[in-house]
Amino acid sequence: MGRTLAEKVWEQHVVRRADGEPDLLYIDLHLIHEVTSPQAFDGLRLAGRKVRRPELTIATEDHNVPTVLGPIADPVSKTQVETLRKNCAEFGIRLHPMGDAGQGVVHIIGPQFGLTQPGMTIVCGDSHTSTHGAFGGIAFGIGTSEVEHVLATQTLPAYRPKTMAIEVSGELPTGVTAKDLILAIIAKIGTGGGQGHIIEYRGEAVRKLSMEGRMTVCNMSIEAGARAGMIAPDETTFAYLKGRPHAPSGEAWDQAVAYWKTLKTDDDAVFDKVVEIDASTLTPFVTWGTNPGQGLPLGERVPDPESFTDPVERSAAERALEYMALTPGTPLRDIEVDTVFVGSCTNGRIEDLRSAAEILRGRKVATRMLVVPGSMMVKKQAEEEGLHEVFKAAGAEWREAGCSMCLGMNPDTLKPGERSASTSNRNFEGRQGKGGRTHLVSPQVAAATAVTGRLTAPADL
Amino acid sequence: MEAFTTHTGKAVPLRRSNVDTDQIIPAVWLKQVSRTGFEKGLFAAWREDPSFVLNDPAYAGASILVSGPDFGTGSSREHAVWALQQYGFRVVIAARFGDIFRNNSTKMGLLPVVLPGDRVEELQAAVEADPELQVTVDLVERQVRWAGETVSFEIDDYTRWRLMEGLDDIGLTLRHADAITTYENGRQPWLPTTV
Repeated sequence: MGRTLAEKVWEQHVVRRADGEPDLLYIDLHLIHEVTSPQAFDGLRLAGRKVRRPELTIATEDHNVPTVLGPIADPVSKTQVETLRKNCAEFGIRLHPMGDAGQGVVHIIGPQFGLTQPGMTIVCGDSHTSTHGAFGGIAFGIGTSEVEHVLATQTLPAYRPKTMAIEVSGELPTGVTAKDLILAIIAKIGTGGGQGHIIEYRGEAVRKLSMEGRMTVCNMSIEAGARAGMIAPDETTFAYLKGRPHAPSGEAWDQAVAYWKTLKTDDDAVFDKVVEIDASTLTPFVTWGTNPGQGLPLGERVPDPESFTDPVERSAAERALEYMALTPGTPLRDIEVDTVFVGSCTNGRIEDLRSAAEILRGRKVATRMLVVPGSMMVKKQAEEEGLHEVFKAAGAEWREAGCSMCLGMNPDTLKPGERSASTSNRNFEGRQGKGGRTHLVSPQVAAATAVTGRLTAPADL
Repeated sequence: MEAFTTHTGKAVPLRRSNVDTDQIIPAVWLKQVSRTGFEKGLFAAWREDPSFVLNDPAYAGASILVSGPDFGTGSSREHAVWALQQYGFRVVIAARFGDIFRNNSTKMGLLPVVLPGDRVEELQAAVEADPELQVTVDLVERQVRWAGETVSFEIDDYTRWRLMEGLDDIGLTLRHADAITTYENGRQPWLPTTV
């Protein structure tokens, strides 16, 4: 019987296998940031251990950093960032600090440097590590104990997750994006639908996505509960990688591409679970509730909790509507927002900024709007293309790189009761600031919403 | 980590689903660089509501959290596990868990127990009827027991053994340092380094 892509990549990385034990898996790349690493480094010091492979490890500052120029005002955030600097210096790890040309959100910088390549195993103390699976590797989030384990051993003990195929047939209609696709998938399978699985996204619509779009899809695999998400590498992947600083070159490039071309699911391989979705039926998608599975097409209305047959879903919907201050039956297009956020590891890449700018060109925003490039390199490229001028002319704020309003850990937050349309990945209670209310949207819907002040699709303008 | 064999204590019912790790420990609490003091941040936003179950004195001292499905979804923050443990929880029982949370728990010795949804609800109802109810979570026998009820749960042998022995994963892995070196010597030559 043939093997799935996930099985091929997993098998390639098994250091040791023994009956009744998890596999010991080699980790090709370990990304670290200031939030989930300090206690791991403390653990190493306590045990007198070194970092086994500092040259397979890279660090950046992203979660705590302010996105306006200047020092970190919050002393606790400042200490955390300084702790990362000290740890990286002590253990010999390359760090891209604030102000560095390579700094940015951890899941944006790996791909932009060409460090994220097909067939690799990649981990980070951050659940959105699934992003990197867009290149055809196995990439997943880990906790601080596992961060320490990878630092010390460059391996992780783990059971191979089950495999799940999401077959996306047809073509995404104009104006419908990778973000709408993944939001629709999560609404379909639920926040627990992918638990214990690695999802492979397949089919015509997936093949037609750019690398940026594929990263957006894989990024939110965790929101469907999956351990990881991945997409088989193809010419789009190779074209994106070629010439990047850490991508192979010359003869090594040819060798690598020859191997990467073998990284696809065999025709006779069997997945543990298969989900089918028709891309051609999709329209712009938004969330109405407080978990990413509570989403609907923008043309729909706020659902009535009574319409849910499952009692758990019904009570979750009741709670969500109370927190979100929404009334059943309200058209989603009538929901007014105070703030629009474009950025994050989900939608902070150059293509996302281009598509938002395209909508804002010659228009003015009616709300507060933050546009936060995912990395300093994205920022530089956007400025070379003049996108920053478009945003500023529209009245949006053009910021420095960082996680920003995705997670309420830095100065960019919602105030209690404020409502956002956000291109980030989580609409949890208080995620963007205590008492804040979040609607997850694509960059295009975010930009159109900023223009009208209500949830809006570009086609509505 | 602290070894876990069997634990008996009071339980607290958390009748919510999709309890994400942002609720368990909000992001502002993640700025600490130490491993202690997270109990104050446990369910920080929800605890502001006087009617939140953890504020009910009847459940004071409970060490077993009995939650709705999909507990610990979202962010990978291990701080969620630290906060639960430092508050005094030894066990979380739910019908489904977020994968990363469950993994983090077993690294730290907080036992995640998966029971069928209807049995979770029965236990919640029993605890609501009698908050003093003593609930036993027996990892040796893989059972949860209360008031004459016995429900079995599944956990793989290896994780169970590690938890019962309180073993540190890094020490176990370093026994295989030679295998790691052998693997490293055969890695594909084009794989990137960060330097």
